[in-house]
Amino acid sequence: MNYSTLLIAVLIALGGAYLLGRNRARTLASQGAKMHSLPTHYGALVALWTTLPPLLLLLLWAVFETRVVDMLLTLQLPESIRLAGEADVRLALSKVHNLAKDSSLMAESNLSGAAAHLVDLQARTSLLKGGVILALIFAGLGLTWRRIQPDMRARGEVESIVRKLLFLSSAIAVLTTLGILASVLFEAIMFFQKVSPIEFLFGTTWSPQVALRADQSGSSGSFGAIPLFTGTLLISAIAMFIAVPVGLMAAIYLSEYAASNVRQVAKPALEVLAGIPTVVYGFFAALTVAPLIRQWGETAGLDVSSESALAAGLVMGIMIIPFVSSLSDDVINAVPQSLRDGSYGLGATKSETVRQVVIPAALPGIVGAVMLAVSRAIGETMIVAMAAGLAANLTANPLDSVTTVTVQIVTLLVGDQEFDSPKTLAAFALGLVLFIVTLALNFVAIKIVQKYREQYD
Amino acid sequence: MSIIENHKTDGKPFCDSAKLSARDVCVHYGEKQAIFDVSLDIGKNEVIALIGPSGCGKSTFLRCLNRMNDTIDICKVTGEIVLDGGNIYDPKVDVVPLRATVGMVFQKPNPFPKTIYDNVAYGPRIHGLATSRVDLDEIVEKSLQRAGLWAEVKDRLHSPGTGLSGGQQQRLCIARTIAVDPEVILMDEPCSALDPIATAKIEELIDELREKYTIAIVTHSMQQAARVSQRTAYFHLGQLIEVNSTDKVFTTPEHQLTEAYITGRFG
Amino acid sequence: MTNSNLTTRQKVEASMARRRASETRFRLYGMASVLFGMLCLVVLFGDIFSKGYSAFSQTVLTTEIYLDADYLEISTTSDEQALMNANYEGLVKNHFKTEMQPSGRKERRQLYSMISAGAGWQIQKEILADTSLIGQTITIDLIMDDDVDQWFKHDHGNDDGSTRLSEAQLGWLDSWVESGDLHTRFNTTFFVNGDSREPELAGIRGAMTGTFLTLLVTFLLSFPIGVAAAIYLEEFAPKNRLTEIVEININNLAAVPSITFGLLGLAIFINIFGVSRSTPLVGGLVLTLMTLPTIIISGRAAIKAVPPSIREAALGLGASKMQTVFHHVLPLALPGMLTGTIIGMAQALGETAPLLMIGMIAFVVDVPGFINDPSTVLPVQIFLWSDSPERAFTERTSGAIMVLLGFLIIMNTAAVVLRRRLERRW
Ligand SMILES: Nc1ncnc2c1ncn2[C@@H]1O[C@H](COP(=O)(O)OP(=O)(O)O)[C@@H](O)[C@H]1O
Ligand SMILES: [Mg+2]
Repeated sequence: MNYSTLLIAVLIALGGAYLLGRNRARTLASQGAKMHSLPTHYGALVALWTTLPPLLLLLLWAVFETRVVDMLLTLQLPESIRLAGEADVRLALSKVHNLAKDSSLMAESNLSGAAAHLVDLQARTSLLKGGVILALIFAGLGLTWRRIQPDMRARGEVESIVRKLLFLSSAIAVLTTLGILASVLFEAIMFFQKVSPIEFLFGTTWSPQVALRADQSGSSGSFGAIPLFTGTLLISAIAMFIAVPVGLMAAIYLSEYAASNVRQVAKPALEVLAGIPTVVYGFFAALTVAPLIRQWGETAGLDVSSESALAAGLVMGIMIIPFVSSLSDDVINAVPQSLRDGSYGLGATKSETVRQVVIPAALPGIVGAVMLAVSRAIGETMIVAMAAGLAANLTANPLDSVTTVTVQIVTLLVGDQEFDSPKTLAAFALGLVLFIVTLALNFVAIKIVQKYREQYD
Repeated sequence: MSIIENHKTDGKPFCDSAKLSARDVCVHYGEKQAIFDVSLDIGKNEVIALIGPSGCGKSTFLRCLNRMNDTIDICKVTGEIVLDGGNIYDPKVDVVPLRATVGMVFQKPNPFPKTIYDNVAYGPRIHGLATSRVDLDEIVEKSLQRAGLWAEVKDRLHSPGTGLSGGQQQRLCIARTIAVDPEVILMDEPCSALDPIATAKIEELIDELREKYTIAIVTHSMQQAARVSQRTAYFHLGQLIEVNSTDKVFTTPEHQLTEAYITGRFG
Repeated sequence: MTNSNLTTRQKVEASMARRRASETRFRLYGMASVLFGMLCLVVLFGDIFSKGYSAFSQTVLTTEIYLDADYLEISTTSDEQALMNANYEGLVKNHFKTEMQPSGRKERRQLYSMISAGAGWQIQKEILADTSLIGQTITIDLIMDDDVDQWFKHDHGNDDGSTRLSEAQLGWLDSWVESGDLHTRFNTTFFVNGDSREPELAGIRGAMTGTFLTLLVTFLLSFPIGVAAAIYLEEFAPKNRLTEIVEININNLAAVPSITFGLLGLAIFINIFGVSRSTPLVGGLVLTLMTLPTIIISGRAAIKAVPPSIREAALGLGASKMQTVFHHVLPLALPGMLTGTIIGMAQALGETAPLLMIGMIAFVVDVPGFINDPSTVLPVQIFLWSDSPERAFTERTSGAIMVLLGFLIIMNTAAVVLRRRLERRW
């Protein structure tokens, strides 16, 4: 029995159990018993106990099935393969799986024994799984159904279970953070066992191409990430150079100057800019902006790379404009009117008031907003993946091609991966750096903005 | 206390040496009218107190006098307000020099998030009143002295203005206003957020400032009006009911509404 | 007060010219910034539209073709094997060879290359639908190769010589244009086909189905979990350190780069839990984690907006906290939560980077049927096509972007309408 069938069985059990429980409570009540809770509570309780344990088991099964099966299967492999090392075992296992799927191939392989075993194993686990799940469903149903008595506090029990479920839902957010951290941390540690952190953080040559054969030159690859960091910073800096002044001025204009009808049109229009998928920006950067810049550069006699940092940075800047402007707008609106009044009351013009009172008063909030925008720029992937290059140049020239942390993560992980090769693990080390840096930026920025808001509340 | 249709102001709303004279001023907030045909003179170097129950339009009228109401989109002012012979609502008039001439102190102290020094120097800097750093230092010191704050802050001129106590902050705001050296100062309940000792200090200050400036002060406290002002104007539901010398208003008011208010029957 | 004799007013008047100029300048900067933002929007949309509108039409050649049973080696129409494997492509080539009389092998090759490789499939489809057509002459609109398609849609009429077509090919084309046989029609292929290496046969159906399945998984998981988390945090969570950590966490998570969610998906869902790569299931799981913060944050706002009087009334009637929340608060907060969910789904719809990590970048021709089938999604399809050098793929990329933006506009409009409704009620 496969997972969808079992899932459907559990769902049917859910409905059935609810009705059974409710009806039993009703019957008891009609016989004159004074029930502690409403019949629906009894129904819900039976339904919960009938479906939650099998669902949990199903989840655990899904998580561990492949590993257990593979473990058992490894024992069935020919001795020669088992002793040859992990990579060979893995290869053999995947072959066995393919053989098991397509029985016409089976006869000719030395793995046929293992494959036959696998087919057998799969049939047995499937049966076992179905049986255990059904048993759990009926056990839950029977036990809870029998517990229904007039003095049973069904409502309290249901509510405490639901409460726990609600809590678990909100804990998923924390688990996600831990999950991200764990997933990048473990692989990164494995990476740092092969490549020293010093070399990674301070090395200036990045060429992760591990040779196919050990005797080829440059077999170890080199993992100095400095060019990636500078490339990321260069593109982010260009983006900020566009987004911060334009976004800030747009926010100022819309909140301090624009008539309300202008505001009503311009604000949503800028928000549309924020809703456009980054892959669209990437396409625009790669196919429209980059050739344009190259063309302009040529007429000006400059040597512009076709994947210049400038093109990616410019378009990223455009993408971040609405982000900066809507955050700054919030921040500027939080500056109390009384400060503006104080300034106008002294005879200051609008721009003097904005520049010398409103902006300084909003500065912490604006700094927070800019930090969030920087974190956004550093983590942006698609625009750079499409418009920036792969060449890890250590340069500050915006007309050159540079690469970024995110581009390298994508490049290293897309396509066939060899596990445990430093090349694949390097992506996770880069991910770790990216996660830590953006998390720190966000954390500080959110704190700053929160403090700032409290100040004027 | 019913509304009086087309009330003609009782007492003496006009005077000979008027610094500011308002004629038939009406103010609307959108559809709603807040001020009805108010005509009033404010004499040179006098302190005039504007009193009345809350919501009667005192602040609104005060804010007309330096066109602070321009900052509220829905606010429309009609009528004429003449300052030294020129109508300030003339479309040709720029509010910047007007507000430099007619300064304002607000109900809640609103120091800028800058140092004490920069708060006071703000006006002179934007208007280019000081020619040198020494000049500016002098303006700041003198203004703080006149506001009675110098002794308390002279050792921490470069700490933030927001770190002062409420009373000090309000005196800082007054110093900030007089640093521009205006001719008229408008004060909207400047003591309502302050404790009695701070209030006494500000009242003392107002008395001193009278020598040099024309002052219009909105106040909720009749004692304060009696202590600091020479003339008092009583507003009721957007109308100017009565204007008389402060003594007269508080001893023998002409209008029954004024009497009812000062005897504390409503407020 | 100052040393000079000028009054304040005179000095201020003197400074006014400079200050008015600087005021105007500042206002212009502001206006220019807003205009720049809007200009970017217009240029971006204009650029995509101008590149992509032609993706929705397709060049076809109206052809009368004799379905020769002998050539196809179909003796009995009940022989399914023969029907499936007959050389339809050869039939088409043969037809054009006799029709156009190319001289020599080179010209012949050029002639064949003008007809799409999909033409044979078209014939096969007709015959499978109605086997009685065998031995008859039918009229059919054959799909042309992308080079012809591009020439006819863009270069035909303006002779700038940018086409890759040869003299002979142009000659044939001119004769077809003259006879009116070569024409364009609405590009249904684009909507009913999966991906293909041949631009004229490539479509977005596979990607759209993949997107639909992925978003379905995302919605089914993130909506209930998000709502439950919002309810817990807003109504039940004790005000303690743990709750605070959860809250900070959610805010931070909303700002974490999306690519790190892809790393999580790869390391945990695929490598540890063994979920299969490239499937809507794993894509949906990753996007669920990504959209949860958005849904939780907006869900909490919606719950906060429910007037406390409603809670008090229910509690006053003796309802338990849980009953109050589920029977009275939740129904009122649901539209607001739905708005947040739609916005979250719109984000998920446009997301690309994390899906690359979990293998949704594979070249998938078949339209996925279930959440366990390998598939790609619309944004990833755009990414894949944008890398192809053919002009026809650029056109189709832009076309796919237009479809994607269309969906986004629909979703965001729905969210706005829902929000308006909400505001009217309270
Ligand atoms: N910004 C505003 N928008 C709309 N109505 C206002 C505004 N400010 C004041 N009002 C209205 O104008 C009337 C007078 O207000 P105000 O001048 O503040 O009274 P006072 O200062 O005497 O208490 C009140 O009814 C008030 O509601
Ligand atoms: Mg007031």
